[in-house]
Amino acid sequence: MALYSEKVMDHFMHPRNLGVLEDPSGVGEVGNAKCGDIMKIYLQIEDEIIKDVKFETFGCGSAIASSSMATEMIKGKSIHEAMKLTNAAVAEALDGLPAVKMHCSVLAEEAIKSALQDYFDKNNIPYNSEDFPEFDHDHDHEVPAED
Amino acid sequence: MKVYADNAATTRTSDAAVQAMMPYFSTIYANPSSLHSDGQRAKEALEEARASIAKHLGCTPREIYFTSGGTEADNMAIRSAAFLGARKNKRHIVSTAFEHHAVLHTLAKLEKEGFEVTLLDVGPTGTVTAQQVKDAIRPDTALVTIMFANNEIGSVLPIRKIGKVCKEAGVVFHTDAVQVAGHLPINVVDDNIDMLSLSGHKFHGPRGVGAMYIRKGIPPMNLMEGGAQERGKRPGTENLPGIMGMAKALDEACDHMDENIRKVTALRDKLIAGLSEIPHCILNGDPVNRLPGNVSFCFEGIEGESLLLLLDSKGVSASSGSACTSGSLDPSHVLLAIGRPHEIAHGSLRLSLCEENTEEEIDHIIVSVKEVVQYLRNMSPVWRDLMTGKREFITEE
Repeated sequence: MALYSEKVMDHFMHPRNLGVLEDPSGVGEVGNAKCGDIMKIYLQIEDEIIKDVKFETFGCGSAIASSSMATEMIKGKSIHEAMKLTNAAVAEALDGLPAVKMHCSVLAEEAIKSALQDYFDKNNIPYNSEDFPEFDHDHDHEVPAED
Repeated sequence: MKVYADNAATTRTSDAAVQAMMPYFSTIYANPSSLHSDGQRAKEALEEARASIAKHLGCTPREIYFTSGGTEADNMAIRSAAFLGARKNKRHIVSTAFEHHAVLHTLAKLEKEGFEVTLLDVGPTGTVTAQQVKDAIRPDTALVTIMFANNEIGSVLPIRKIGKVCKEAGVVFHTDAVQVAGHLPINVVDDNIDMLSLSGHKFHGPRGVGAMYIRKGIPPMNLMEGGAQERGKRPGTENLPGIMGMAKALDEACDHMDENIRKVTALRDKLIAGLSEIPHCILNGDPVNRLPGNVSFCFEGIEGESLLLLLDSKGVSASSGSACTSGSLDPSHVLLAIGRPHEIAHGSLRLSLCEENTEEEIDHIIVSVKEVVQYLRNMSPVWRDLMTGKREFITEE
């Protein structure tokens, strides 16, 4: 049995939107090196539309695939649509993630929200702070039983 | 090119071992406990295998008990010594922080049952000295259990000296020799070992079979109740094909030990030299007293699971102590025990070689690891922060 779905492997082996933006409208970074995964998202926003998006990720295969998929899902969309992106949608688009890897999709959602929040802050755009929960760096990892 | 470099996890069962097993499935398949001549033939084979394994360890056949593998042997040896100690009111055990879980988890359970466990610090190279053991032994110490060599980082420990200290103190000494049997010389008498665990599939034997050596005079304790097999101490019909395969594999390994050590050590050193060229990496484990086949590195700025997946796509089978590969929150307890911070323990890679590997394969591994590490670093925000000075390097260039 393969560890990951074909979609996960495809996005891991051939990540979309990998890289950085030189003068981004917003940047978000979540996770921490101690836990073994960090995601950084760069957004280029014009007229409330995400014209370009890039990512950098330090992490496992599913973390890289989740970032890649999440960027693909918001590219060309409005910031309002991007705000609605959920981790479940990212995981579903990847044809599922192993239970122990679901936190990777959570990080992807958080990284995008964090980049959007940065954009709102930089442009003095008011927002509901409840839409941006504290991105806890000790994010949940599901710890399975020892084998 | 396909390169198998995960021999510390399991080895290919050798052709000779498979051949040695075959008759015991289809011809000499009788139960060694049966009185008929077919059964007695099987019994003879069983005792020949026992004698052969005993010879390679330097003990008597009666001191060998067959088990289902290294884990069972570790459990049984530790439980036996603990039980013996408790009868004399000795409930203290000395071990190390980087033992295999078969040892550590057994000790954790004994702690819940009232034992006190001292886990020795293994320092940055991952070893302990006989002096550390001597200092830790108390009047109520029932057992010292210290691995012969570490499975993840390859350090080979000064077992003979540790055994001597235990002998002088009158404390039972067990060693988990799962990574050593068939790879390095062992003589339980010269090495002052009272109990030892080994596992067939780590030296080209089949899996599901192992052995425990327990010195005459130390009563083994049953983990299970049942029939009279293994002198009543390890009941259950013997896995004769497995035992025959393991005995053959150990024979082969010991017969070719010197040449294997020379060949595998040369491959290992070539691989270590090649990978050391990668900036900001660090070798794990004792650089001198090291298993012939073990290569273990941490690479800064990347994560081990993605490293393994990409190496796999290049045909290289390896392993890692990163949290993502262990399925737990923390990276390997071994890497943490030698003081590697979480950040770089996540970027660990273990390549374990055997005499079937070739120089061309080593070249392929070196090129592949270099490419993959560079690729992953290029997409890592951690690496970017390291390169731009926002984060401090832990390793040297």
